[in-house]
Amino acid sequence: MAYEVVIGLEVHTELKTESKIFCGCSTKFGADQNTNVCPVCLGLPGVLPVFNTKVLEFAVRTGLALNCEILPFSKFDRKNYYYPDLPKNFQTSQYDLPIAVNGYLDIEVNGETRRINITRVHMEEDAGKLVHAGSITKSEYALVDYNRTGVPLLEIVSEPDIRSADEAKAYLEKLKAILQYIDVSDCKMEEGSLRCDANISLRPAGATYLGTKSELKNLNSFKAVQRGLEYEVLRQTEVLEEGGKVVQETRTWDEGRGITASMRSKEQAHDYRYFPEPDLVPIVVDPVWIEDIRKKLPELPDARRARLINDHNLSSYDAGMITSSRAMADYFDNTLKAGADAKTAANWLMGEVSKHLNLSNCEVEDCPVTPEKLVELTKLLDKGTISGKIAKTVFEEMWSSGKDAATIVKEQGLVQISDEGAIIAVIEAVIAANPQSVADFQAGKDRAIGFLVGQVMKQTKGRANPEVVNKLLRERM
Amino acid sequence: MKITRKDVESVALLSRLEMDEAAMDKFTGQLNSILEYVDMLSKVDTEGVEPTAHVLNLKNVLRADAVKPSLPRELALSNAPEQEDGYFKVPKIMEG
Repeated sequence: MAYEVVIGLEVHTELKTESKIFCGCSTKFGADQNTNVCPVCLGLPGVLPVFNTKVLEFAVRTGLALNCEILPFSKFDRKNYYYPDLPKNFQTSQYDLPIAVNGYLDIEVNGETRRINITRVHMEEDAGKLVHAGSITKSEYALVDYNRTGVPLLEIVSEPDIRSADEAKAYLEKLKAILQYIDVSDCKMEEGSLRCDANISLRPAGATYLGTKSELKNLNSFKAVQRGLEYEVLRQTEVLEEGGKVVQETRTWDEGRGITASMRSKEQAHDYRYFPEPDLVPIVVDPVWIEDIRKKLPELPDARRARLINDHNLSSYDAGMITSSRAMADYFDNTLKAGADAKTAANWLMGEVSKHLNLSNCEVEDCPVTPEKLVELTKLLDKGTISGKIAKTVFEEMWSSGKDAATIVKEQGLVQISDEGAIIAVIEAVIAANPQSVADFQAGKDRAIGFLVGQVMKQTKGRANPEVVNKLLRERM
Repeated sequence: MKITRKDVESVALLSRLEMDEAAMDKFTGQLNSILEYVDMLSKVDTEGVEPTAHVLNLKNVLRADAVKPSLPRELALSNAPEQEDGYFKVPKIMEG
């Protein structure tokens, strides 16, 4: 039987505030264990939480960027469960009146645009971190670091609109790009500031009901999201084809083994007994303030991509790649400001710049070749001062030495030779040394000229203007 | 709504409370009489009344996003039944 895959994602993103959501402890990542804690986030008796304004602003901004409706009246609730990562035995979260509801984002997979609806965005506090001696199932005790407890989180819940692992990855990438564009989160999956859980089920193709789902956890990278879901599709398909039933359970992705495994916890059933948080008063957002935040939203990935396509004639693919991260898109815009031709800048960005960023594991923000310096290089190329091949060499040198293009070209004598007299001398020597290739060319083997051009380029250390070489060679033969 | 013995068992488990048979029976009875008493409220006409989110007539109590000093770690850990290496030490969580 053919099955349809049904996936919904729950994404948690840590907001980049200075202080925690309900107390003044720092949110800084990587501090020594239990040094960013206070009576409020440790849940000591008699303390009162006070809500951080910035969290509300970031939540509203996120809701708007995700095309949500901002609820005029919102409140916090207690989600009760016993687990040692929560010192209070409840998580302060939002239940029936989240800050934002009914949004969407559009993704593109295999050239097709699909709208993924977003059920809700709610604010909550992060939990602490457990360190297990050995594996989570075998260790006899756990060590707890409460630094992360109380770091502000947004939970962004999608509708079960996602139909494949590829779409899940595209959704997550798009969401990450938007959160970075609006500057509310670092979205570093490796540091846990962007986390993803997935609900996945199968149903017979064409059916409208939902099958029994499993909840996937420990999806710590984009690759893990994709591979974990692909594995789960295969596993559930196998269970159903053998006439079995999918069990509703939480499963963890095991990156090393490439499989998902059932997680059994001591908690019998999820029964969170939500109730309104008596220590925090409701939030009533002023519509004027919402409009003010809306007006200040930056240009978002879709709009930016459309601008690059419409105003700068970039291909849909190039524009998509460049706008997939705000830093990359900013780099591109800065090259335009410095006078670059859009297509040239896009080629460099997608080519040499990306290649070197990947090789040195460097973020575009830290790229040693600034947009302005890159434009200087492309201008030397446009003017014919250097050849395309030499330009790549100069770029490498700019990357490693930090010098500008003109200095490198001057210091290393890389100026392109377009002077016909100088090139003719070399060509004559090459013709004399390679009679067989000359004969081949004259006998109609047009390809033979490639070898001769190569020889001239070699002897001039790549500095000869290839067009001039080609023209002169043909004349001489 | 009537509270059954099973409800009490389940709430006790969720709250990590251990109780004997006699206590279970006692709480089943007591919880039922509390709920019966509170049930009086259902007789009130609440047509057109907004649900109460908070008993105080306050909204938007907010603070600026500013870092304040945290507790020294020794102090933070001073009430922990067990600690190790600057961490709170707790019993195992997952069943193997």
